Amino acid sequence: MRRDSNDLSLVFEGEAGQGIQTVTAALLPVLRKIGFHVFSSTEYMSRIRGGSNTTQIRITGDKREAYVGRIDMLFALSRHALEHLERRLTADTVVFAEKGQFGDRACANCIDTPLKEMAEKAGGMLFANTVAAGVVLGVLGVPPDNFIAYLKEQFAAKGDETVSKNIVAAKLGYDFGVQCPAAGRFVLPEPGVQDPDSLLMDGNSALGIGAVAAGCNFICSYPMSPGTGLLTFLAARSKEFGIVVDQAEDEIAAINAGLGASYAGAKSLVTTSGGGFSLMQEGMSLAGMIETPVVVHLGQRPGPATGLPTRTEQGDLNLALHAGHGDFARAIFAPGNLEETIEAIQRAFDVAQRYQIPVVVLTDQYLLDAVSTIAVSRVRRIPVSSGIVPTVDGYRRYELTPDGISPRGVPGYGEGIVRVDSDEHDESGLITESFEMRRLMVEKRLARREGIRREAMPPTLIGDPDSAETLVVAWGSTRGVLEEALDILETTRIAGVHFAQPYPVNPSATDLFGDRRIAVLENNATGQFADLLTLQTGKTVTHRILKATGEPFSVEEVVEALRELDHD
Amino acid sequence: MTDTIRPFDMQPGTDVAWCPGCGNHMLRKAVREALEELGIDRKNLVMVSGIGQAAKAPQYLDVNMFNGLHGRALPAAMGIRLSNTKLVVIVESGDGDLFGEGGNHFIHALRRNYDVTIIVHDNMVYGLTKGQASPTSQKCMKTPVQVDGVILEPFNPLAVAIAFDTPFVARAFAGDVAHTRAMIVEAVRFRGCSIVDVFQPCVVFNKLNTWQWFRENTCPLPEGHDPSNREAAMRLATEEGKMPLGVFYRNEKRRLYEDLAGIGESPLFERQPPDDDAFRRMLEAWR
Repeated sequence: MRRDSNDLSLVFEGEAGQGIQTVTAALLPVLRKIGFHVFSSTEYMSRIRGGSNTTQIRITGDKREAYVGRIDMLFALSRHALEHLERRLTADTVVFAEKGQFGDRACANCIDTPLKEMAEKAGGMLFANTVAAGVVLGVLGVPPDNFIAYLKEQFAAKGDETVSKNIVAAKLGYDFGVQCPAAGRFVLPEPGVQDPDSLLMDGNSALGIGAVAAGCNFICSYPMSPGTGLLTFLAARSKEFGIVVDQAEDEIAAINAGLGASYAGAKSLVTTSGGGFSLMQEGMSLAGMIETPVVVHLGQRPGPATGLPTRTEQGDLNLALHAGHGDFARAIFAPGNLEETIEAIQRAFDVAQRYQIPVVVLTDQYLLDAVSTIAVSRVRRIPVSSGIVPTVDGYRRYELTPDGISPRGVPGYGEGIVRVDSDEHDESGLITESFEMRRLMVEKRLARREGIRREAMPPTLIGDPDSAETLVVAWGSTRGVLEEALDILETTRIAGVHFAQPYPVNPSATDLFGDRRIAVLENNATGQFADLLTLQTGKTVTHRILKATGEPFSVEEVVEALRELDHD
Repeated sequence: MTDTIRPFDMQPGTDVAWCPGCGNHMLRKAVREALEELGIDRKNLVMVSGIGQAAKAPQYLDVNMFNGLHGRALPAAMGIRLSNTKLVVIVESGDGDLFGEGGNHFIHALRRNYDVTIIVHDNMVYGLTKGQASPTSQKCMKTPVQVDGVILEPFNPLAVAIAFDTPFVARAFAGDVAHTRAMIVEAVRFRGCSIVDVFQPCVVFNKLNTWQWFRENTCPLPEGHDPSNREAAMRLATEEGKMPLGVFYRNEKRRLYEDLAGIGESPLFERQPPDDDAFRRMLEAWR
């Protein structure tokens, strides 16, 4: 049977350490260069070697940014592939694996693929990944020229011998692919003309690009998946862009160092995941009290506690919302695609600096690891204020002003003295126990909330909300799956709304909802944003579409949920 | 500014929250005099503290101040120092703050060796929380929590510092203002992580380690002690008997974290985001 030519799902499976990443890293740029839309997402186990990890590559006619459950073609390297992926295999799934790889387990559409033999022939097991990529291109009938060009470029530094062995490996794989029984079974979408200006990247890179664009020059963090990628991204570019990078002894140190640096004028960033962020709560509160900007990237993974360390979830919105004791202003961003990610972290820096508050950027493992394309023209830089002024003699860090924001001085810049104090303090930053000063300072710290709300990123509309009776709300990484599901359903009765800033929500949201039925789609167990939306808009959420297994929503699941909603 | 007010004097009318007779007063005098002697431009000096009575010390000097969270003075100090290496950074906090709540940060500050002076108000008791044991409390001291007396050996900050090759390790007693001042001057002048552990009595909650007790139980370091001798320093820091005061250990050879990390000269607040050309060049990696 031939597959829908507009949408192919290829899945590469292997143990940690078997190098499936190398295969997908080679195929994505090659397929994209030919003009296909590609999207990839990754799921992996919490171990250094072994297990069963997969990366999905979708080749689509229209641009898609979501994970599908269905697998059309599975390239399996480990013996665990079938048990791990059973639920996602269909009668039409073609499986490429070594003969006998699955032991006694029956494999309906298995094609015996002598990967090892071909790799040895090319020069050793090192070349197995190149063989595998060659097989895929052969089966799909994609001419190998682009792949060979890629190999030449990729391995140039390693010398001619490595390049030529890789080319032999690619050709062996390719020849096997074109001759195997599955050849021609998959009809690819009509390749478009590749946008010469487009970039191919994962969410983590988008986050890092945004941080660099914002002028982030200090990051102090403790490694924790999936937050670590941002730390390594900036470490790799620290010399080029003058970024100070410190690996903290723990997350408490990380946020306190971030605040110390920011007090002295740095644009500070801290990256972590839920467990680490829990440790930063007192630091969040300190940021609120001393009115010192800091941006915290919180890459979510399923909790509580250690949970599923390498999986995905949107379960830490409540944590970000309530982190830190006492009342203080904050903002939370949750981008849903590459463009929004680049923009949201810049906005996070700008809002943090101008309003002198802690700002959280919420992502998750799925978003950070997902690879997609973005046109260079969509990589926007937005002005990010530093908000720092030279001080004069007699400077008071917490001078009372109508909007609650005092000019921000830093030590060593100007004639004044800059005092910040985690105790309640007076305008000069000295400790006070005066009830009247306390009242004034509480008002001062909270007065800025109005400005932050007014400036919040407005929600993005998906479809036509005017004709819709039901609005399905998403936030953060569920944007792509909602877009695709609505596209597939082609109903005018349902439209989508996506929030890249879940807190505070832009005031326009209240009018947008009107009297429509509201469903919230989110990757957690209780509907944290559904509650928050009601809190912020007074609107009742009638349906919650939730998932908290540690996997992202698949397109199929959301289509099904929206169909039910439509018939409800 | 009138002639009678000295450069680091607290603002007139400041209400000092320390008890009469507290060792903090003497230590404040020593710090203020040391700063005057050092001739530091106060605009380039930041004093960092955590929480506790000792941590209020920066409030009572007219200086840039980061009075942060309990136990977290050192990470904040590191952030400040890395953000602007033109600043002189002094941490002043208590034994509970630096060795108890902030113990992990203490050992990692010593490991990193960025340029900071750590002045410890070591009174061997928790004052602000009303008299419980601190990490440096002596064995057998009875408290409302340690009702049968402290059962653990006290934390030995000097031995820990010497073990980590902290390049400047000294101890003083606040009762001797001139010596304490001299230790602080030397510590601030030293480029690297310097620690001055300062004994000072808590006259309200520590009835064991009084002014008198410290006078009787401390002594100068033996004459001829060579501070570059790490083994001798460690021996002196761990010996039973009277507790010596002075510079235990000095290592001129340890390199600064700031230099090893290559963070550059310019303060971060002066650094601009990359210009558009540099930014666009970076994007080429994903084309």
